[in-house]
Amino acid sequence: MNFDLIFRHAPDLLRGVWTTLWLTGSSLAVGLVLAVICAVILTERIPVLEWLVRGFVYVFRGTPLLVQLYLVYYGLSQFPEIRRSFLWPWLREPWFCALLVFALNTAAYTTEILRGAIANLRRGELEAAVAYGMSPFTRLRRIVLPAAFRQALPQYSNEVVFMLHGSAIASVITIQDILGVGRTINARYYVTYEGFVSAAVLYLAVTFVVVAIFRQLEKRLMRHLAPVAAPR
Amino acid sequence: MRHAPLTAFAALLAFAAPAAAADLRICVEGAYPPFSEISPSGELIGFDIDMAKALCDEMGKSCDLVATDWDGIIESLNTKKCDAIIASMSITPARMEVVDFTNKYYHTPGAFVAEKGAGLEGTPEGLAGKRVGVQRGTIHDDYMVGEFPKANLVRYGTQEEATADLAVGRLDAVAADKATLDLGFLRSADGEGFEFFGGDQAVPKYHGPGAGVAIRKGDEELKQAFNAAILALRADDRYKTINEKYFPYDVYGAEEGEGGSTAAPAEEAVPAE
Repeated sequence: MNFDLIFRHAPDLLRGVWTTLWLTGSSLAVGLVLAVICAVILTERIPVLEWLVRGFVYVFRGTPLLVQLYLVYYGLSQFPEIRRSFLWPWLREPWFCALLVFALNTAAYTTEILRGAIANLRRGELEAAVAYGMSPFTRLRRIVLPAAFRQALPQYSNEVVFMLHGSAIASVITIQDILGVGRTINARYYVTYEGFVSAAVLYLAVTFVVVAIFRQLEKRLMRHLAPVAAPR
Repeated sequence: MRHAPLTAFAALLAFAAPAAAADLRICVEGAYPPFSEISPSGELIGFDIDMAKALCDEMGKSCDLVATDWDGIIESLNTKKCDAIIASMSITPARMEVVDFTNKYYHTPGAFVAEKGAGLEGTPEGLAGKRVGVQRGTIHDDYMVGEFPKANLVRYGTQEEATADLAVGRLDAVAADKATLDLGFLRSADGEGFEFFGGDQAVPKYHGPGAGVAIRKGDEELKQAFNAAILALRADDRYKTINEKYFPYDVYGAEEGEGGSTAAPAEEAVPAE
């Protein structure tokens, strides 16, 4: 291991961490908004839209992330119509293709997580809300979504970690994320481990922080479910 | 009969074992037309591939060609997944720290391509802020980093990916070997509407004395065998036949002195960064 090489490229690696963070973070943010909409459509069984969402979830959960990225980055650019369209200034950018694919992919998985969480809500809470005369939207805002988010949190933290690691494939479309910088170091200096080991350590560190944040979040939001000392 | 599972397991092992082991395993690439590419029927074809076969023939050895990603092709050699690399690898001082090279088997300069009429100049200022694609870990990558610090460098795993992105307009230019740009891109359907600019790029410090066969450090016997085979192909018309199959000009470059190309003078060493 040539540590000198790694230290010399520390600024590049840190830029890689930043790229990974914002790419993953923005994908998760966009994906979550989409997922909430999709999950509500599924549970409210809104005609037509329901089937569209089902199809979307089926396709994005049924194909590998890498294939989705290739289709958008190399596939769409093959059509001259697309290259002439208003979409091209966006689709020509690797970061946009990655963001688009990652956001749709995580949206599909998160939709299923939220749908499951909503389906498992206690009926009593919903009936109470109806009895109070809350409109469906108020019910959603005050009762259904907060409870579903809480319930879905442990599963969603897994999805966040998967997305973080999945984002490594952005490096195949020239993005200099953590793995991209690692590959460049390996290739430019004809070394095997330096780039990959640095990348692995950085992913590990970011994952550690993400997991810690979710643990704190779970502690705060699930406080009412924590076992307490029984009163004597 | 009581050992049926064992027998089945043995049969499985026999099936998994490599067929007759060849004398040499040679790492080639496969995404670098016209030097190496995968034909639609899945075969390896190209100048490097024909050259590898002809060299093995001349040495009287049986060879297995192993398609290997450019990223990690040197590691494959040094971890003995293969015994030689014939993949248009330029002889450079930096690479000579980790592998040995035979004499060159061809030598073509570097070059730039861009869309026709783009009006780019192949100078550090002319390419400042332009998106220039290179294959990661090549001499062209080093050249861009060293001499064109203001260019916006975009790195690809293969040469084909770089020219594909140039063709659809994601890049302003590509820096690569002139022969691969010419035959592998400009004269293909994708390359219509693109042209060379900035002239030949041949800075000895970066571009080196040509492409050689890479072998493991200290594998002197194999090195001599390859050197002799290269000379032998060059001496009769076997080199010429392969050359003409792919190129309208001789890619060997200047005739070589007495095997001097592997001993690059120390002052040509590429700085570590």
